[in-house]
Amino acid sequence: MADDIALELDCTDLRCPLPVIELGRRISDVEVGHLIAVVTADPAARIDVPAWCRMRAQEYVGEDATAAGVARYVVRRLV
Amino acid sequence: MPLDSASAEPLHPQARETLLAALDAGYADPRRLHHDGRRARLLLDNAREAVAGALDVRPDEVTFTGSGTDAVHRGLLGLLGPRLRHGTAIAHGAVEHSSVLHAAAWASRTWPQVSVASLPVDRLGRLDLAAAPELLTSPPAVIAVQSANHEVGTRQPVAEAAALTDAPLFMDACASAGREPLPQGWAAAALSAHKWGGPAGVGVLLVRRGTRWRNPFPADDRIDERGVGFENVPGALAAAAALQAVVAEREEVGVRQRSLIEWVRRRVVETVPDVEVVGDQDDRLPHLVTFSCLYVDGEALVHELDAAGYGVASGSACTASTLEPSHVLAAMGVLTHGNIRLSLARDTSQAQVEGFLTALPGVVAGIRGRLGIGEA
Repeated sequence: MADDIALELDCTDLRCPLPVIELGRRISDVEVGHLIAVVTADPAARIDVPAWCRMRAQEYVGEDATAAGVARYVVRRLV
Repeated sequence: MPLDSASAEPLHPQARETLLAALDAGYADPRRLHHDGRRARLLLDNAREAVAGALDVRPDEVTFTGSGTDAVHRGLLGLLGPRLRHGTAIAHGAVEHSSVLHAAAWASRTWPQVSVASLPVDRLGRLDLAAAPELLTSPPAVIAVQSANHEVGTRQPVAEAAALTDAPLFMDACASAGREPLPQGWAAAALSAHKWGGPAGVGVLLVRRGTRWRNPFPADDRIDERGVGFENVPGALAAAAALQAVVAEREEVGVRQRSLIEWVRRRVVETVPDVEVVGDQDDRLPHLVTFSCLYVDGEALVHELDAAGYGVASGSACTASTLEPSHVLAAMGVLTHGNIRLSLARDTSQAQVEGFLTALPGVVAGIRGRLGIGEA
């Protein structure tokens, strides 16, 4: 998954709703069909990133972790 | 003005009147045989009969407890104890109240053979029985299903769940008790008086006659072997008075609340951009609604609505002592930030709801504006 990510947003220390706001702001910076990732320690992001994808008709690809062990949520831009 | 009756309904006028009278008339130890003791005992028995009548259960199925939480613990764990030879799993819906989750976790620490299984819910927060076939293949020792969800209002399929398994069903009915008849199918149930306009510090444990139930905690030599401690006679009597009053008026109040909530559900979507109203829109409790506003900080939302005169609850992480988002919203897979739960008291008026609906769009837009979000 990691190799294909076109843009990774470092929101490690941001709390809800800021990581999702950042995702909403920057999604258009990647091409349709490409991946954008949000790195954050915010526990709400595990629920809110997939929910945002559903509300915005984007694809939630899944969760992994950075080398530092911070959760990373990966989204594919569909629209 | 509080719009948070799902946390605590203001004391019902009949509960206040009864409580004030019973503080003097029911002070004594109901186990004593002297005049004042006999009077306290009579009041306690009256309270038990009134609660049983209002709930359509038998008086000997009613135990007063120190809280709804205490009733949950006793109800669930009291069913579990006698079943440990038959099975070792507690199965509960993923959106049960935290008191159920804590009781299950305590049981698995206390009896190492006990495991805890969380049953999935759908997007509306309803227990998905089709997704829980393990109920049939490997029956749990006890299953816990709430009557309706306390955060989103969705009613649960209690009777259907009970029919799927031989295991006794524990029902947390705190969210619905008084407002709606009890669903069928439970072996034990828990209720909380302050949620129907009774005083705080009074819960009700129901154990169906013939059910195998064993006190999971130290015994006490009081009137009711299922409870513990000196009986709160004034509280029990006031809780019973409130319950009788609420049940008598619930048809009228329920219809009014149901249509006000339907109006909120509709208007919020029309007037606030990027809002998600969650829970079942029809098969739900009459008095509450939950929604989440995208790109909004839940804590700011609660504070600013409070400053505007409207007291609401929130399931957003930033409003929780744990800083974790609501496990109910998480299990449903719906947005957890910018979340509000609005719930109506029995006398909440249309004008008050309209005031809230008028204030909300500006409050949301203001918070979004400060976070740099324009018209979304």
